[in-house]
Amino acid sequence: MDKPKTVKILKFHPEKCDGCLTCEQACSQVHFKTEEGGDKSAIKIIKQGDSYKMHVCDQRGLCLDMCPVGALTRKKNGVVWLDKKTCIGCQACVGFCPIGAMRKSEARIEPFKCISCGACVRACPKSALELTEVKLDEIPEVVYHKQGAE
Amino acid sequence: MVEGQIPIEEYETGNTKHRWDLKKIKTAHHIVKKYEYKKGKVEKGYANRTLYINLSTNEIKEKKVTEDMKKKFTGGRGFGLKLLWDSIKPTTRWDSIENELIITTGPLCGTTQYPGSGKSLCLTISPSTDIICDSNVGGFFGPYLKFAGFDAIEIQGKAKHDVVIIVDGEKGEIRVETAPLEETNSHLLAEQLTHMYASEDTDKSRQKISVVSAGKGAEHSYWGCLNFSFYDIRRNVPRLKQAGRGGLGTVLRNKNIKAIVAKVEQFDGVSNNPADPVTLAKVGTKLHREIRDLDRYQCNMRAVGTVHLVEIMDEYDLLPTENYRFGSFPKASKIYSPEFFKQFTKIIPDGCWHGCTMACAKTVDGFTVKTGPYKGQKVTVDGPEYETCGCGSNMSLWDPFWILEFNFYCDTYGLDTISTGTAIAFYMEMYEYGILNKKRCDGLELCFGNADATLELMHRIAKGDKAEFIQIAGKGIRRVKDWLIKKGWGDPQLINDCGMESKGLEYSEYVTKESLAMQGGYGLTLKGPQHDEAWLIFMDMVNNAIPTFEDKAEALHYFPMWRTWFGLNGLCKLPWNDVEPANNAETDEPSKVPEHVQNYVDYQNAVTGWNVDKEELILQSERCYNWQRAMNVWMGRGRRKDDWIPYRSMGPVTEMEYNSRKERYDKQLVEKLGLSEKQIEKMDTKEKIQKLYDYRQDQYQKLADAVYYRRGWTPNGVPTPQKMKQLRMDDPKMLKMLQEKIDEDEKAGLSIWGGKYGHGEKPPTIEKHYWEK
Repeated sequence: MDKPKTVKILKFHPEKCDGCLTCEQACSQVHFKTEEGGDKSAIKIIKQGDSYKMHVCDQRGLCLDMCPVGALTRKKNGVVWLDKKTCIGCQACVGFCPIGAMRKSEARIEPFKCISCGACVRACPKSALELTEVKLDEIPEVVYHKQGAE
Repeated sequence: MVEGQIPIEEYETGNTKHRWDLKKIKTAHHIVKKYEYKKGKVEKGYANRTLYINLSTNEIKEKKVTEDMKKKFTGGRGFGLKLLWDSIKPTTRWDSIENELIITTGPLCGTTQYPGSGKSLCLTISPSTDIICDSNVGGFFGPYLKFAGFDAIEIQGKAKHDVVIIVDGEKGEIRVETAPLEETNSHLLAEQLTHMYASEDTDKSRQKISVVSAGKGAEHSYWGCLNFSFYDIRRNVPRLKQAGRGGLGTVLRNKNIKAIVAKVEQFDGVSNNPADPVTLAKVGTKLHREIRDLDRYQCNMRAVGTVHLVEIMDEYDLLPTENYRFGSFPKASKIYSPEFFKQFTKIIPDGCWHGCTMACAKTVDGFTVKTGPYKGQKVTVDGPEYETCGCGSNMSLWDPFWILEFNFYCDTYGLDTISTGTAIAFYMEMYEYGILNKKRCDGLELCFGNADATLELMHRIAKGDKAEFIQIAGKGIRRVKDWLIKKGWGDPQLINDCGMESKGLEYSEYVTKESLAMQGGYGLTLKGPQHDEAWLIFMDMVNNAIPTFEDKAEALHYFPMWRTWFGLNGLCKLPWNDVEPANNAETDEPSKVPEHVQNYVDYQNAVTGWNVDKEELILQSERCYNWQRAMNVWMGRGRRKDDWIPYRSMGPVTEMEYNSRKERYDKQLVEKLGLSEKQIEKMDTKEKIQKLYDYRQDQYQKLADAVYYRRGWTPNGVPTPQKMKQLRMDDPKMLKMLQEKIDEDEKAGLSIWGGKYGHGEKPPTIEKHYWEK
């Protein structure tokens, strides 16, 4: 099987964002069939002074090696995918994600993450989000022990 | 893609592939007994029933777990003690028909969110010690047993022919099947049975099977361990973790059990049905993050496992070398952790239960076996762990590959590496002194460092070789000491001082000469000298944090109770203090790791729905700890005389040992014994050894006095009925028995303090019957 060489990841244009969080609502609709957003959203928009920043998985896939049951795989399109049915809810991926992008909601034991589906992009009224294709090799390598706990 | 990342499906171990006719092997099975049960749900950590199998009568039944049983015994090892008390007699020995092999789980066992939550606790009457031995082990069996419906499995009686017991949680069925054609040795048997009983030919299916087995070595020695398998979807092999101590595997084979197989239908992160899964995930994730950020700078478990200890122990003169004569050695750097890191396969995760990110279970894949029946084959070696490396140094084997070879054969033969290594180290020392020689060893040149002879001894034990030495050697140090003395081959005192066993069990791998508290940590234990009750060397020797007898006694109360708690719950102890919060040193009691103690309080409450605090955790342990000691008393043991330890663990036995650390010992003669330097100059080494000998023996007895007093026992080490009542362990039969034993001791004049108290010194109390107040 050919290994995927590229993956689509989210790109954020803070200058366009007005903090309406429609993206989070769209995301929680995908993962939990609810418009609550917040802890049920894989994308997070955080207010920072007068501006906003986005916090989401960049598909670097360090978590792949953490999963004891093989529930995390890289799909053909390059996206890191968590198979809920295989997952046994150990939270190893949540604890070890160096950027805290593997999320856990109180609604269920299995975590969830951004799958680059584009629901947030389509929902954003200000076009502050887009999906861009990047080369997997160019995603910055991160070693666990250099990361702070965030 | 991250450098070094290997997709699951692409990893190759390079191991020798075996092709078996599994159909033929399975067709040869004959069902001895089948028992159907109603599949149940685990509620707040408990399956609420245990499984009883009698292989002599073919009776299989379920026993209810009552609320009273949970309150008194918590679970895990506690349940095992309760089941044993109900089933055995004080005269029961390891090979008695009524002896049981018990595997228990514990309410927190099987949790996936908190690292180290997959331990099984195994109990039996040990061939080595003739009392209860408990041993904890990772692997998938415990969690699967519970998810299949049982908090414990209890096996009594003996099968007529070799059998496999299957706990089939998919069908809701227990089967006892004859198993004539399977291999006996674990690395092959676990693979055969994993493939045979998996519902589908997939790794996912194979991961739902766990096999408990022993091996040929367990059949022919008292060192039998139990191998618990956990199927690794990356390596495509069932890996093995060992319940090593006390001959559990010997009992398994004596019952003609080839293996016990547990199978689950499915499980997930909440199969324990915890009361509060949200808190559970929060506490677990917090620890995952701590391990992520700090392990690298602390124990480095994720990279090298427990082997990181080798260099530390060597540095502090604690690494047992040449049968504990020395604590460090010039060649030791050859087996430091970097040497093993080179061999370990660097793929993760390596937890022996899901979700353990401490991941200390390292392997060497594609290891080429050098000797014995599997010579030339390539295999996966699980380990070595620190203890196994310590056996290497103890036998003076300074080659990582020989340690791996030793490790591999111990595991597959079902031999405990610790007992095997410590015992062989003793035989080697006796060889050096000429007490043993080539003829007496049936042709083996068993001198320090002879790896070939070490392996040859193991192969011959596994083959059931009938030669006199081979037969007795496999029964361990205590039997060999008696044998050597009976033969009149050496000075009995030298033999008794050098043989590192207590209660009949071989020591694990730490030099305790300079830490009195740790001598107690090995000697004042329930099952024998194993470091799982207390590890106080640094606290005592390096940091001098517990200088008085009272301080040491307090530590020998708290830590054994605290560590016992893990075994009641089905947990591993490592995530408690082998990673510590960054600010731990600034807390009131760093040695207790207060934040992690609180984690465990929150964890137990989150699973069980109880509302306990940290004091209650200690009480849970104290109930079971005293119960087990009381059972030892019931079996005619559990007194001061049984807490005897060999002098090698207290101080220098030989002149060579004394002179190798002369400065240290001379200084102690001045500072501790009050001798003048002039007096010392006039003394020869023998005299100095004798002075130190008398002093240290007395120190140990004084320590025992303080500890018995602190634990609420009589001066002869018997738990009192008053203490048991106070703990609400009020079984009338138990209380009556204890009172009778105490009365017997009094009559025999044994209820007295053991230390010799001079000017300005006092025993813990002068009050008679202090426990009655």
